[in-house]
Amino acid sequence: MQLGYKITDSVMTVSLSGNFIRYDSDTVQEKMLAALEENSPKRLKFDSGGLGRWDSTLVVVLFSLINSARTRNIPVDKASLPENLRSLLDLSFSVRRNPVTSRKEKLPPVERLGEWGCVSWQGITRGLHFIGLSLKSLFRLFAGRAVMRGVDFLFALEDCSYKAVGIVSLVSFMVGLILAFVGAIQLRIFGVEIYVSSLVTIAMTRIMGAIMAGIIMAGRTGASYAATIGSMQVNEEIDALKTMGIPVGDFLVLPRIGSLIITMPLLTMLSDFMGMLGGSLVGVVMLGIPLSEYMQYSLNSFHLGNFLIGIFHGFIYGFVISVCGCYYGVYCGRDADSVGVATTKAVVSSIVWMIVVTGFLTIIFEGMEL
Amino acid sequence: MSKEAPLISVSNLSIGYGDYVLMKDISFSVSRGEIFFIMGGSGCGKSTLLHVLTGLIPPLSGKISIDGANFSKAGEKMRHKIMQNCGILYQSGALFSSMTLSENVALPLQQYTDYSPGLIKELTSLKLALVGLAGFEDFYPSEISGGMCKRAGLARALALDPEILYCDEPSAGLDPVSSRLLDDLILDLNHSLGTTFVIVSHELASIFNIGTDSIFLDGDTKSIMGRGKPGDLLRNPPNDVVRRFLTRGAKK
Repeated sequence: MQLGYKITDSVMTVSLSGNFIRYDSDTVQEKMLAALEENSPKRLKFDSGGLGRWDSTLVVVLFSLINSARTRNIPVDKASLPENLRSLLDLSFSVRRNPVTSRKEKLPPVERLGEWGCVSWQGITRGLHFIGLSLKSLFRLFAGRAVMRGVDFLFALEDCSYKAVGIVSLVSFMVGLILAFVGAIQLRIFGVEIYVSSLVTIAMTRIMGAIMAGIIMAGRTGASYAATIGSMQVNEEIDALKTMGIPVGDFLVLPRIGSLIITMPLLTMLSDFMGMLGGSLVGVVMLGIPLSEYMQYSLNSFHLGNFLIGIFHGFIYGFVISVCGCYYGVYCGRDADSVGVATTKAVVSSIVWMIVVTGFLTIIFEGMEL
Repeated sequence: MSKEAPLISVSNLSIGYGDYVLMKDISFSVSRGEIFFIMGGSGCGKSTLLHVLTGLIPPLSGKISIDGANFSKAGEKMRHKIMQNCGILYQSGALFSSMTLSENVALPLQQYTDYSPGLIKELTSLKLALVGLAGFEDFYPSEISGGMCKRAGLARALALDPEILYCDEPSAGLDPVSSRLLDDLILDLNHSLGTTFVIVSHELASIFNIGTDSIFLDGDTKSIMGRGKPGDLLRNPPNDVVRRFLTRGAKK
């Protein structure tokens, strides 16, 4: 392959010979463009007598050459190019280059801060609006006026009830085990290993059971809510619901919130129990405490108040997780990427809000001296 | 042309899913430089045939050769090599939503060639200009219309200068003018690059406009009910099924 050029009498002739298959630009092309710039000839023409086979890489060379000739108003004579090459070049120039530049420009820092503030404020109001809609749907459900299919509710219930038992049990058991183990090392210094049982029981029932169940369900079920509803958004199913006049809150959000606020307290109980079981394994096997004694101490430090507070936390977490999952699903963008973003945000925000809510609840219960 | 070996030849091909057979023992061939239409009613297995031809679904039995190589029996590596010579335009473009148009078009070039980044950039701009999307390099698929997505998908399919371009319902979801423009584009590309097009479609206007050869698949008999240039098929329909299809169900 050979690319050459010469300039005579203000006419630039570009000669092409040989095959141009996978022709990667060499210095000739750059020189040619530079020559065109420097000499600004009156005309640009081609000599393609010896041109063999070619592919797009040749078209690129000619494309950029002709483009730069055009911007300098140099007439281009393509007559001697093979017909198919010429028509390809014509095709690539047939559409005017759209100077579409009305896209996001980089804003100065202060304006960006302002924009961030506006977007955040929008997010807060939208979130509150969504919570309001969900609560309204819940009330409509109790009033018997909600448009919710029973089978949707049962499917959602199935997904977050017995299907979650395995993982919640396993993780809670391990957490109980770890709590007991860590506690035992400290308590052994004072020779009161027996209080490991109290430690595990109080920690699990008061908060740890609910937290563990919540984190697992946020990753497991909250994420799936966001992904499912987000894909429905991509697939225009949400639009279909809206145009049918079916409230999205009733049809999609309600079964999910409903099933999670029912199962989360139950899963919390399971988690409490499994944690205590894990603790007792350490107590009995590692510390050599007799099982009956361990159980006695456990029961002594089991307070119904703590237990109920733990369950209440589970209930609230269920609401937080399902609202976060559904919210990010419903407000998901329209492409595959957005579904990923929505899922991530759903899990992260459920966990953050769970912690925030725990803070508030702890202060409230402290005030109530519970 | 006729003496040359066909580019794609399919013999005794059966397609379907498990026990469910869609087409039984069909044979046809596509010559170089044709715009070949695969026609047929909805659900007769057109798209499945395209999936089989592109290697997404294995055939139940039979043989497909592409450019002399046995495609249906080829191993993973050989298949990739053959597919590098084939571009595919999916129904809705199938652009990667996390990449800009130019990144979408550049992906196969980065993967399969050792071109310099500068050349790849120029090539992607050229391909986008060819499909009428010059200046849209930095747009994301979500920012452009459906018709533009389809054309960008065509630009991506063209990235490696394929010899064969498969199109799945190229005019579905386009307005008549855009659909016509896409037809013209296919004709131009066929003309200037010599690309062979294999198009699954039931858009009669395009079929008569640009088709140079075709087969008609019939779902009831699971066989090819007609073949030839669409215009000839319309003038001399081999049977009533084909006639009804090509005349939009007109009564005799």
